[in-house]
Amino acid sequence: MKRSNKPIFWSLFGAGGMLAALVGPMLVLITGLLVPLGLVLPQSTMSYDRMYAFAQNGFGKAALLVVISLFLFHGCHRMYHCLQDVGIHVGPGLKAVFHGFAIAGTVAAMLILVAIGWAG
Amino acid sequence: MTLRTYVRPTAGWWRRNGHYRAYMVREASSVFVTAYALVLLVGLARLAQGRVPFEAWRAALATPWALGFHVVALGFFVCHAWTWFAVMPKTLPFIRVGGRRVSDDGIVAAGACAAVAASLVLFLAVWWTRP
Repeated sequence: MKRSNKPIFWSLFGAGGMLAALVGPMLVLITGLLVPLGLVLPQSTMSYDRMYAFAQNGFGKAALLVVISLFLFHGCHRMYHCLQDVGIHVGPGLKAVFHGFAIAGTVAAMLILVAIGWAG
Repeated sequence: MTLRTYVRPTAGWWRRNGHYRAYMVREASSVFVTAYALVLLVGLARLAQGRVPFEAWRAALATPWALGFHVVALGFFVCHAWTWFAVMPKTLPFIRVGGRRVSDDGIVAAGACAAVAASLVLFLAVWWTRP
């Protein structure tokens, strides 16, 4: 019998959901509202030089990859399971599209982070 | 001739009662979690492309559309966080501390406290290292 890939995608959904619940609201508040508006935190918090240095740093790379990838896996898995609720009949094709989208986003983030390289 | 079976119409079923609506709002958070991840991914791609594309992405974040999106996204993220912890007593295995099972309320409270603490640590980390 072919082994199911369900536990893998379910775990990624769960990990992404937990991360989004723990720090999601604060991340959106910082990157989407406070810094762009210069409220509390200066707009230069996300300047090119600072963000580039962050993306060159091992911890920064890991943080960016984990947030982008797990949020994508969580969101895509959950949206896929909602399709039936809004009257769209699902099957293996659509499942592959949604999970494939999260995988493609993860691979893209990895390639970009490798392209940015390491400091020094 | 093709066989035509009756399919019960389900359009708009979630408008029938408050529980269904709450369910749909909760699940709709997934659209915003995905969209936010894409905003960050585009920013990362612009960062790799260079200073000018990245500054254009930052300028785009300060437009009314982007700010409006993030206000709505913030609401859905808070809704996601709250509902995520609210169902944790059902999604986690039983946890025992000192031989006694941790109560449902205890699990929800622990989750909410962890989120507040993690958010505070994140904010302070950004605040202390601000330029």
